Amino acid sequence: MENSSNHTNYLNATKGIWSWLTTVDHKRIGMMYLGFIIFSFMLGGFFAICVRLELFTPNGDLFKDGNQYNTFFTLHGIVMVFLFIIPSIPAAIGNFVLPQMVGALDVAFPRLNLLSFYIYLVGATLALAVLISGGVDTGWTFYTPYSSSIGGPVIATGLAVFILGFSSILTGLNFIVTIHKLRLPGITWFNMPLFLWGMYATSVIQVLATPVIGITMVLLVFERVAGVGIFDASMGGDPVLYQHFFWFYSHPAVYIMILPAMAIISELVATFSQKRIFGYKAIAYSSVAIALFSFLVWGHHMFTSGQSRFAALVFSFLTFFVAVPSAIKVFNWVATMYKGSISLKTPMMYALSFLSLFTIGGLTGLFLGTLATDIHLHDTYFVVAHFHYVMFGGTVIAFIGGLHYWWPKFTGKMFNEFWGQVGAWGVFIGFNLTFMPQFLAGFRGMPRRYYEYDPSFEIFNQLSTIGALTLAVSFTIVGINLLVSIFKGAKAPKNPWNSLSIEWQTESPPVTENYATTPDLTYGPYDYDKRQAARAEG
Amino acid sequence: MAQTKYLAHHFTDLEQQSESAKMGMWLFLLTEILLFGGVFVAYAIYRAWHPETFINAHRFLDVRLGTINTIVLIVSSLTIALAIRDMQLDRRKQCMRNLIITILLAGVFLVIKYFEYSHKFHVGMLPGKFYTFDGIEGTNPHIFFSIYFLLTGIHGLHIIIGMSLIAWMLLKVKKGHFSSNYFVPIEAVGLYWHLVDLIWIFLFPLLYLIG
Repeated sequence: MENSSNHTNYLNATKGIWSWLTTVDHKRIGMMYLGFIIFSFMLGGFFAICVRLELFTPNGDLFKDGNQYNTFFTLHGIVMVFLFIIPSIPAAIGNFVLPQMVGALDVAFPRLNLLSFYIYLVGATLALAVLISGGVDTGWTFYTPYSSSIGGPVIATGLAVFILGFSSILTGLNFIVTIHKLRLPGITWFNMPLFLWGMYATSVIQVLATPVIGITMVLLVFERVAGVGIFDASMGGDPVLYQHFFWFYSHPAVYIMILPAMAIISELVATFSQKRIFGYKAIAYSSVAIALFSFLVWGHHMFTSGQSRFAALVFSFLTFFVAVPSAIKVFNWVATMYKGSISLKTPMMYALSFLSLFTIGGLTGLFLGTLATDIHLHDTYFVVAHFHYVMFGGTVIAFIGGLHYWWPKFTGKMFNEFWGQVGAWGVFIGFNLTFMPQFLAGFRGMPRRYYEYDPSFEIFNQLSTIGALTLAVSFTIVGINLLVSIFKGAKAPKNPWNSLSIEWQTESPPVTENYATTPDLTYGPYDYDKRQAARAEG
Repeated sequence: MAQTKYLAHHFTDLEQQSESAKMGMWLFLLTEILLFGGVFVAYAIYRAWHPETFINAHRFLDVRLGTINTIVLIVSSLTIALAIRDMQLDRRKQCMRNLIITILLAGVFLVIKYFEYSHKFHVGMLPGKFYTFDGIEGTNPHIFFSIYFLLTGIHGLHIIIGMSLIAWMLLKVKKGHFSSNYFVPIEAVGLYWHLVDLIWIFLFPLLYLIG
């Protein structure tokens, strides 16, 4: 890689593994995160494939017993949520791109940034140690009283989540201060890329919600170690309180996952339509609105938990509000494409996949937010399909799209467009084949987290497993295509997508301090119309 | 130029640097409040469920020691504020003296807490399933002590972290790392210490004075 570029850049400015391990350069930290995040994704994917293979037939035949099955879906959830999705876009792509978008040399606290990376590594190592020592089978939600009474390394897992949360808080804190204080003069709140608005809203949730999962895990640990009894009904405590605490974080955490995805989509849609983004302020404010609403809807995970009927009504009502800013965004993206000069490059293919999949995921969320239908659908595969449409169809697709989009900037190399397209189509088809049948199975009453199931659901599960394998193959194509490009790809120009966002003004890959000269702010990030007019005039 | 000595490479001037640092600290304090928030919510719920127990159990806390500790912490907040003022005026010696007093006061707080804890351990007023004390009327008296130990324990941990941070600042002042041009780390530690103090000011009435 060192010979790949003829200018001095962040990759070859200093050499040796030690220069990476002690770097405070946000770009290098972002790339190190990216490596571990992709490793986590493959690990989580491996568990998912195992679960899907088990479910290919109604009988339990692949795993030793149901407990082993429980362990596998728990590990799938923990690895995907805490090691992959939550840090994915902010810590990897955000870390790289965010300071460049504000025109800064680095994030506000570079050393804290490196610290948060190492905290992530410690948390991840602990989580992997749990995995090797036999794993836990509580589900990623760790509901009491089960989690406080069973054997196994629940404490270590709880601590891993606590530590990973710390890493997430520090990243969020760093981003908020960077956006507030390090913007280049001339980059105003309403003249900055919408990616920053999305990351800002995400960071606010990371800072405000994550401490609550921290204290929840501490309480769970004390529940196990000291039997403090506050989640134990037999001691005058309340297991439902645990659920409230857990979802007070974990619902906003869903928006920690989806808001960065929306942030990426705004960039992709505008760039590949070469058109001013429609409704800039509406998209910006809707990110903030989603962040605010995210704190008020946690109870919709608990409609069947025995919380009061009044509470359930209010939570259901508020849940519908979240749909409004989400829909505003979708409409604005579609309106942006209208009469734009759309080029269907690989990143745009992912953006279009996102639009359709996220819309399905969002709309099915409304079914679940409705009290009466939720009673029927609660804890069925319908729920599984719904949140995979949002988390996977939304966040993962946007992450992969963003990865392709900024890949030339990250590595200085262009990936192969043909194989990029093949990967995008494969992921889209494989995804729908995996999760669409789960809606049907769930609607007909197939419960989630079951090891064996009624033979009438077999066809849905077989389609789903075939879909999962298609996904695995497609992601392999995506991965190989990107990897090969590092060694064999054409050299990337500064601005391969003709974008107006300022991170494309610097070299690919960028110099260590991002910009050799102060970026030119003649055009705002979405002034495609102005540029066209200027070009027409000659 | 005094600026360049302290200025990190990615900031344009010291003002931007110190404003960023302070904002970062305030955000961090916000996360601390939410962390404690979880236990405060647990407190509110169980006090609402077992009001009699809470009233009866709180009588076994030592109000006298609690009051002394409150005063100790408030004074320590004053001394750290004075230390910051000293640094603004380049009075390095006085600054160090005030930081040392702050650490000592924090130590006094912990010693008093130790005596309170050891008495409770001795008579069996322990959290949850280890609770063996007999003599508090009401339902589930152990819950009160679970929450008492969680709140004061997590708070005590923060006192220890605060002491280490202040000691670190003391070392830096001694080495001459700060001057009236640049002292934002002491200010940030000061903010942290005020928060730790403030949380105790909420804990004290909620645990000791609910009668």
